[in-house]
Amino acid sequence: MNELTSFWSGWIIVISLGSILGSFVLLSIVRKGQRFNSETTQTVGHEFDGIEEYDNPLPRWWYWMFVLTVIFALGYLTLYPGLGNFKGVLGWSQESAYDREVAKAEAEFGPMFAQFSQTPIEELAQNDQAMRIGQRLFANNCAQCHGSAATGSYGFPNLTDNDWLYGGDAAAISQTILNGRIAAMPAWGAILGEDGIHNVSQYVLSLSGRESDAQAAQQGQQLYNTNCIACHGAEAKGNHLFGAPNLTDNIWLYGGSEQQIMQTIRNGRNGQMPAWEGILGKDKAHVVAGYVYSLSNQ
Amino acid sequence: MSTAFDHPTYNYRVVRAFTIMTVVWGVVGMAIGVLIASQLVWPDLLANIPYLHFGRLRPLHTNAVIFGFGGSALFATSYYVVQRTTQARLFSDVLSGFTFWGWQIIIVAAAITLPLGYTQTKEYAELEWPIDILITLVWVAYAINFFGTVAKRKMKHIYVANWFYGAFIITVAVLHLGNSAVVPVSAMKSYSVYSGAADAMVQWWYGHNAVGFFLTAGFLGMMYYFVPKQAGRPVFSYRLSIVHFWALISLYIWAGPHHLHYTALPNWTQSLGMVMSLILLAPSWGGMINGVMTLSGAWHKLRHDPILRFLVVSLSFYGMSTFEGPMMSIKTVNALSHYTDWTVGHVHAGALGWVAMVSIGSVYHLLPAVLGMKPGQMYSSRLINVHFWLATIGTVLYIASMWVNGIMQGLMWRAFNNDGSLTYSFVEAVDASYPGWFVRVLGGAIFLLGMLLMSYNAWMTVRQAKGNEAANFQADTQAA
Repeated sequence: MNELTSFWSGWIIVISLGSILGSFVLLSIVRKGQRFNSETTQTVGHEFDGIEEYDNPLPRWWYWMFVLTVIFALGYLTLYPGLGNFKGVLGWSQESAYDREVAKAEAEFGPMFAQFSQTPIEELAQNDQAMRIGQRLFANNCAQCHGSAATGSYGFPNLTDNDWLYGGDAAAISQTILNGRIAAMPAWGAILGEDGIHNVSQYVLSLSGRESDAQAAQQGQQLYNTNCIACHGAEAKGNHLFGAPNLTDNIWLYGGSEQQIMQTIRNGRNGQMPAWEGILGKDKAHVVAGYVYSLSNQ
Repeated sequence: MSTAFDHPTYNYRVVRAFTIMTVVWGVVGMAIGVLIASQLVWPDLLANIPYLHFGRLRPLHTNAVIFGFGGSALFATSYYVVQRTTQARLFSDVLSGFTFWGWQIIIVAAAITLPLGYTQTKEYAELEWPIDILITLVWVAYAINFFGTVAKRKMKHIYVANWFYGAFIITVAVLHLGNSAVVPVSAMKSYSVYSGAADAMVQWWYGHNAVGFFLTAGFLGMMYYFVPKQAGRPVFSYRLSIVHFWALISLYIWAGPHHLHYTALPNWTQSLGMVMSLILLAPSWGGMINGVMTLSGAWHKLRHDPILRFLVVSLSFYGMSTFEGPMMSIKTVNALSHYTDWTVGHVHAGALGWVAMVSIGSVYHLLPAVLGMKPGQMYSSRLINVHFWLATIGTVLYIASMWVNGIMQGLMWRAFNNDGSLTYSFVEAVDASYPGWFVRVLGGAIFLLGMLLMSYNAWMTVRQAKGNEAANFQADTQAA
């Protein structure tokens, strides 16, 4: 964290202590000047629209409550960082507190996860204890996009159907989780033109047996063979190397209607799976990989 | 409205206008509140209409209740109180009219631009820069008008209510200018001049002091006039008001960082925000003591004066939420309460229990007065009593459900299994919150029902006043 310049540090110390002590001094002066020690019906002599003001003393309990909070504040500012660059005698900071808690959790649970990481993913998927943990990790880290039941939603793949963009063997799943994936379906709008987009979309519809215009699909196939074949393949079965989906299985990440397919071709798609190694660490990611593997390999 | 009720010395016309709009914006703002609370229980409610989406209506709710309802109440009462306690007419009738129409245009502009999606994205300061400029103009006019009247006062001293109104007016001006510093890029789009943690800090310096000065200092000004007036008793302690006034305004301004505990904000800023919030307990309670103790010797009046009940219960909720606030600012407590419904409940303990109830009590006192009748002489006292119970039950249901929800959410989010993984996923805490959210809708609807009774009562009081006026006119002409 950046240090404040000594001017600003001093400024903070002066105005913060000034506010606290100023309030305390005012409190003391007003209390010292009290004319009465117990409740009175003596007013101070002003009158505003019929409202008068008594000159009652400050309630004792209230005075002491005020004093106690001031003492607490000064104590706290001695122990903890608060007065500019002064770090407090305890040397506490939220960053160090966080690091301590993480280290404690690491020491407590790290060995268990380290042990899991020795087990191959395929085998881990049979381990009930590991799978319970994996399910909780999934629920708190992955479910936001892939859903509580891992069935995905628009733009986020279903992980239970054994249809894989980047491969469904243990190594591929592990890679996807650790390093993330960035899909790169280019935008074809400028290259194909609206007619071309229409024709290709008809061809894509025909691939999975959806209703399509046969003539347009035929023209679309020619465009497919020059433009799309490199990633999606001659049989349109996709390619795990590029994350290019299989177009023949009627499973759609961005919808399978004519409009949606045209949208995908026109503007491209760039789905992002974040890299989890930095967040979960290798060992926990291994357990999550086991859980995801188990979803389609019971 | 006709000028027939006009007071020979004071400008009651602007007070009347703001008082009526207090009731109108109260109903509108709280109705939107009930709507968005319902959207949390039934997420599909109006979900397909972008203009009525929760994300756009929520700032409209806060703007309508804080600035429409609360703001109109502050204008109405400060204009009334400053005249009555200085024995001077408002400094300028032109500025008075300008503040009224200017302020109403601002709220209407909020009601149009927020659903359309125009926002600066700063909480309680969402309105875009052209509206911010209008706010500034109205506020400067307000300050001139208020302090001009204080300067014209017929006595040496300035009454404590006016200290609080004055501090509220000056500080809100500073807060608004500081937080709304933006670089406009088009007619309805701008970017903050601050960035990162500094922007967040400025936002919560503003945000918490919107609570501290708009919703606390201003309403303490209201309390200091209407409680002793309605109770017919002197204020408990002048010297207590001196200490708690100066301590409150000098410490409140520091409290903002407690909204940003355990964030990118530097450690020292968080600590100062916390200790200043804690020291605030005594100065805040000073106002409650002065209000409640003013009733000593007049407690029996509570039995048949529902207006006084509103005022006293508002002070109880004020005391409760200004105790709760410092506790929630302690970092370890905040670690549980932050981002949960507890915060929402805390805000509404203040907003419904304190701000709304003290305003409602004050309006019931003041509306008949500015209509040429006896203060507090509303069309139906029984309806005020029914309103009082609806408001109290509504507030309690709201706060209690949010406490339960908040603590439950906080505990669920931090529950660990013995393998170190979190016990619950976020959505499980959402699922568990539904019963509390339903009770909140119920509480809010009950509170709103009370506001509808108030509108009817106000409407009938105005009709009655007009009838009196016509009868007097007839009597006058017959006598002549």
